[in-house]
Amino acid sequence: MDTVQPTAVALDEATVAFRLADARVYTAVEKARLSVAHGEFVAIVGPTGCGKSTLLNVAAGLLKPAAGAVRIFDQPLTGLNRDAGYLFQADALFPWKTAIDNVAIGLEIKGAPRAMALERAQGWLTSVGLGAFGNRYPHMLSGGQRKRVGLAQVLIRDPKILLMDEPFGPLDAQTRQIMGNLLLELWTADRKAVLFVTHDLEEAIALADRVVIMSAGPGARIIGDWKVALPRPRDISEVRMEKQFHELHREIWSVLKDEVMKGYAQSSQAAEAS
Amino acid sequence: MSRLTLLFWQLMVAVVALSLWQFFATVPVFGRMLLPPFFFSTPVDVASQIYKWFATGVIWKHLMITLWESVLAFVIGSVGGVLVGFWFARQPRVAAVFDPYVKMMNALPRVVLAPIFALWLGLGIWSKVALGVTLVFFIVFFNVYQGVKEVSTTVLDNGRMLGMSERQLTRHVYWPSALSWMFSSLHTAVGFAVVGAVVGEYLGSAAGLGYLIQQAEGVFDVGAVFAGMFVLSAFVILIDFGVTLVERRLLVWRPAPVARD
Repeated sequence: MDTVQPTAVALDEATVAFRLADARVYTAVEKARLSVAHGEFVAIVGPTGCGKSTLLNVAAGLLKPAAGAVRIFDQPLTGLNRDAGYLFQADALFPWKTAIDNVAIGLEIKGAPRAMALERAQGWLTSVGLGAFGNRYPHMLSGGQRKRVGLAQVLIRDPKILLMDEPFGPLDAQTRQIMGNLLLELWTADRKAVLFVTHDLEEAIALADRVVIMSAGPGARIIGDWKVALPRPRDISEVRMEKQFHELHREIWSVLKDEVMKGYAQSSQAAEAS
Repeated sequence: MSRLTLLFWQLMVAVVALSLWQFFATVPVFGRMLLPPFFFSTPVDVASQIYKWFATGVIWKHLMITLWESVLAFVIGSVGGVLVGFWFARQPRVAAVFDPYVKMMNALPRVVLAPIFALWLGLGIWSKVALGVTLVFFIVFFNVYQGVKEVSTTVLDNGRMLGMSERQLTRHVYWPSALSWMFSSLHTAVGFAVVGAVVGEYLGSAAGLGYLIQQAEGVFDVGAVFAGMFVLSAFVILIDFGVTLVERRLLVWRPAPVARD
């Protein structure tokens, strides 16, 4: 970690705006400045609807910023981010493919021979603990198992950057912890730059090297950036007991709380207006 | 209900219905036949007519003709529906231009096309196939169009992020999605293929189940009309069963619909 790390993802004053149906312009994110070093795990936390996912889509190249620049390994991003793997919040597996085919597809579309792709996919399914579930279709798997397949699907391509959009959001508390530990384990084995979006501050601190806080939208900004100095390897459930964890949590929450209230007030106003 | 009791009650319905029919067609009630055999025939006559058809083998030729017409109508209509549906869904501008004409064609009762097809294609099988095609095409077309339109954006984005080109997206995302919608319309499509064939035969032909029924009607042979109807129903049920088998094989990836008892 002593050598100078290249910046994996850099957002430079990125502003994202959408044109609404009534021709007004809605600015989701304003002048976001964010950088993720190679091998660094950064979590973005913010109130619901603040544009966290928007920021992730910008880093993925699925959305173009209205102003500002996105650089991936110091190259301006044009089109899709080919260095990134994206784990979506919603179910994104191909429902007509079995688990193993879902994982193998990432290699197959690159032109890898099917036998080899299947072999590697089996290896990845085993690493996420689903070695025996290869021939199941997504609907036959539980929510947690589908997320595991999704993780394997993304990681088999060996992306240098991992973008995760509340990947464990729909899961129950225990499964989230298990998935968090699995993620850390896989990440420790092969450090990729990770940009992890969540609304759960505890999850963010437990997982990340840095926690970035966004303000409530519209025109959300990045309003805070904390280093998490907790030692690694970490265990998600145990790290929450530590004193350092609590202090950091209190410190970040004091900032985040106001934004959460603001975001809540805005969304209820919007609900009243419509 | 267990399978056996269910089967028993299902059989009972047929037995009771047929017995009542036989009774009222042969035994006068208050000196009157409630179901005069001239208009209603009797189950025994109908059964013997069916038996005669199969024993002499006359029926096979007609069944094969109708089957062949249905299959051709189904295949041509489906392929056309899939291709055009896919094309329209991927090219919204083309779809927008053709939209009123598609609606117009679909609103037209297809039976009125039968004489035109007979004029253009003669009294052989092709005029019937054409009629079936016009029915099957629209069902498959609308389903495939909808299927491609409603592909989940998350799944699409996932495909893109995994590095799929437009062609690979078509193959791995749009195509399977469209096919699954097509299969959900398969039962209706097969049914309509048979309808097209039989109606076409009825309106003018020299062979087929529709022809058989129409001939019998022409000589007031009500027994043969009913016999033709029974053979036709059995025929459709058999085809539908085949479709169910194919569907089960091809749509294993879909969650089974939740059964409600």
